[in-house]
Amino acid sequence: MSTPTVPVDEDEFVASHEVVTVPVSRRRRIGIGVAFLLAGLITFFAWGIGARNGDAAFQVSQFGDKYQVPTMRFPGGAVAMIFGVIIVAVGIGQLLRPYGRTAMRWAVSVTALLFVLAFLCWAGTGDPTNAISLTGLVANSVIASIPLILGALCGIIGERSGVINIAIEGQMLVGAFAGALFASAAHNLGIGLIASLAAGGLIAVLLAVFAIRYLVNQIVLGVVLNTFALGLTNLGYHSIMQSNPDHYNAVTTLPPIKIPLLADIPIIGSALFDVNIIVYITYGLIVAIDVALFRTRWGLRTRAVGEHPKAADTVGIKVNRTRYRNVIIAGLIAGLAGAFLTIGGSGQFNTNISSGKGFIALAAVIFGRWSPRGAIAAALLFGFTDQLQITLGIVGTPVAIPSAFLAMAPYLVTVFAVAGLVGRVQAPAADGQPYEKE
Amino acid sequence: MTTQTAPADVGPPPPTGRRNLGRRILDGYLYGNTAVVTALAFVCALVFGAVLIALADEATRKSLGYFFQHPTDTFTDAWNAISAGYSALFRGAVFNTDSLYSNGGIAVFGPISDTLVNAAPLILGGLSVAVAFRAGLFNIGVQGQLIMGAICAGYVGFTWHLPAGLHLIVALLAGIIGGAVWGGIVGYLKAKTGAHEVITTIMLNYVALYLLGYLLGLNGFQAPHQTEATSPRILSTAKLPHLFGSLHSGLIIALVAAVLCWWLLSRSTLGFRLRAVGANPFAARTAGMHIERGYIVVMIISGALAGLVGCSQALGTRQVVTQDVDAGFGFDAITVALLGRGSPGGTVLAGLLFGAFRAGGVVMASQTHTPADVVSVIEPVIVLFIAAPALIRGLFRLRAARSGSVGQLAKGWNG
Repeated sequence: MSTPTVPVDEDEFVASHEVVTVPVSRRRRIGIGVAFLLAGLITFFAWGIGARNGDAAFQVSQFGDKYQVPTMRFPGGAVAMIFGVIIVAVGIGQLLRPYGRTAMRWAVSVTALLFVLAFLCWAGTGDPTNAISLTGLVANSVIASIPLILGALCGIIGERSGVINIAIEGQMLVGAFAGALFASAAHNLGIGLIASLAAGGLIAVLLAVFAIRYLVNQIVLGVVLNTFALGLTNLGYHSIMQSNPDHYNAVTTLPPIKIPLLADIPIIGSALFDVNIIVYITYGLIVAIDVALFRTRWGLRTRAVGEHPKAADTVGIKVNRTRYRNVIIAGLIAGLAGAFLTIGGSGQFNTNISSGKGFIALAAVIFGRWSPRGAIAAALLFGFTDQLQITLGIVGTPVAIPSAFLAMAPYLVTVFAVAGLVGRVQAPAADGQPYEKE
Repeated sequence: MTTQTAPADVGPPPPTGRRNLGRRILDGYLYGNTAVVTALAFVCALVFGAVLIALADEATRKSLGYFFQHPTDTFTDAWNAISAGYSALFRGAVFNTDSLYSNGGIAVFGPISDTLVNAAPLILGGLSVAVAFRAGLFNIGVQGQLIMGAICAGYVGFTWHLPAGLHLIVALLAGIIGGAVWGGIVGYLKAKTGAHEVITTIMLNYVALYLLGYLLGLNGFQAPHQTEATSPRILSTAKLPHLFGSLHSGLIIALVAAVLCWWLLSRSTLGFRLRAVGANPFAARTAGMHIERGYIVVMIISGALAGLVGCSQALGTRQVVTQDVDAGFGFDAITVALLGRGSPGGTVLAGLLFGAFRAGGVVMASQTHTPADVVSVIEPVIVLFIAAPALIRGLFRLRAARSGSVGQLAKGWNG
């Protein structure tokens, strides 16, 4: 028996796809617009009109670079005023017709960039012989960002699988300590590097065992582990390193590795491609984790375990095994961040050398909404604000800004960022919840 | 559903019926009541600390190098280091037997007064963290809040001229307000924008630290004719009255605050609301409570208590404001609150214990080769063991171990 096939209208089965944009409330629209306008007006009046006479000078090449680019000079005040006008225009645009999601992202980025550039122009005016070293600023910002980026990657891997990690700071600290101690005692930087990884991993093992097996509250656990790491490294510093600093805490630094050609690019070349091995590992990790988290089986499992462990378990993913593995890998990365502070930087350990970098990295994770790209952008932002104060301290601004306020800037930026831009965050759904089979 | 209330912590109920005293004590051990678990955690941490003291001792490390030739050397050296360290800790914190024979040369109550001086800010800071815990907030910002409290109290203390008594009260109020504002900002941000308090408190800690550094370089805040970054001394009218030894009346403030916190949390309507918000914000909202207002109120209270820590430091212990006025009390307060399990009574006991550790640690570092840092490792280890009753149960073959930990109340990012 054959039933006559009814001719089907193809269109009936095609699901129509419509992008629904959530209407933005009037109050929010005007609020954002006014914020843009304010930023523009500050740029115009404070950085533009408030600038000193004389050109702003920016040094683009450093002494000894292969390609010498002459120092840029232009009237800083006028440029800042132009930037101010552009930002005001962006604000008017928002008031007239609110930006969509993508446009808003662009608007915020452009505004932030122009605001900072105008600020630099303002700071640089006055004495054209005293140029702001853009090369130095970029290089230092990258250096300052590396531990934050590594710390943020550590946080992301753990938290995406559902384990809150406040102990990044502690992992960095023991990593820094072990790196300096072993590199110095063994006269071998490789051993120091491995010791750093192992030390960070050990704290991670503690975190994983207490969080996953003993179901300890993870936020509390992280804070306790930080205290533990601080006490332990202080003890080691006072009892071991100081007993014989030449043997246990000698200056040992990883040598920079120069990549030919790439290192000769002006401004960014030497900052990005004439650096030590940890920075190159960081580049690799950034790419690897960004790809792995969204394109591989491991990434899919990690995210599944972090969002809905029960569902993941039902389809046969070993929830707690995945979490153990991720937390420990994350610990290795944080240990590497610690190594960067000692053998990758100053070469020596000092008490509390991480000085809150782990917490800033944590803020970067939240600010970047648990995505590698967002977190790295946030880490770069924090690294830049951190270095800006040093650059400004050298150049001297038209109106003296106390260095304490500049030093506060990264922390205030974080508070504003977390409160204003991020607000009620959406962490992975099962973040911080231990999973037990029923 | 996975839940925060871990069923692993709940063991079989202790048998009921008539039992003699010995049996009841044994049951108390086997079924791990709170005191037993705390004591066992304390023992474990001391053992861990002993290992660290041995490792930190240079003689022990040397003899460890030839352990297989003369193993006894290692044990003798380690034992010497450990016993010297812990007995110095005891001498510094509780009682120095030498004081009995020194004919008044060494104060008999000296160690105890040192312990109590350290306990006062620890109790106040612990209460600050504990109160926030009860409303489900984790206040890591005691450091910043106490710095703001010390700045305000100190400023009033060394610049204003008021009659004795009134001056002290005004200075204390200034300190309380300073801390309360700094804490209130966190509560406000949490309520209005949802910014997680763990991040904002940590950041505001740094802001307060740098603000203090800035003020200490300013005319009018820095002591005149001083190159060091230190404020003028507090005027005698604003000092906290002296009790005995090194002890000032900050301890009395701490104990009064503990009683007030107990009353607030377990006897008042406001405390009930705060606890409801902490236990289940959704249920609290359904019951008609303003959970946002709860966040702000509890952070103001928490900040005010932290501000009192600043008062105790600026008006009592130090009598001057310097860059290190917080003296690490901000973070120790968290461990105190955790050890005290969020209850005011427990916090007082935990504060006394950690105060003893601090006082003893100083003596240990000065009289033996063991750095005081051993103490700052032992403290988190105690908390770690207490937070994991299942671990204690496994180690000591208990049939059950109850935690009742406040740990369950600190919410994750989405909470």
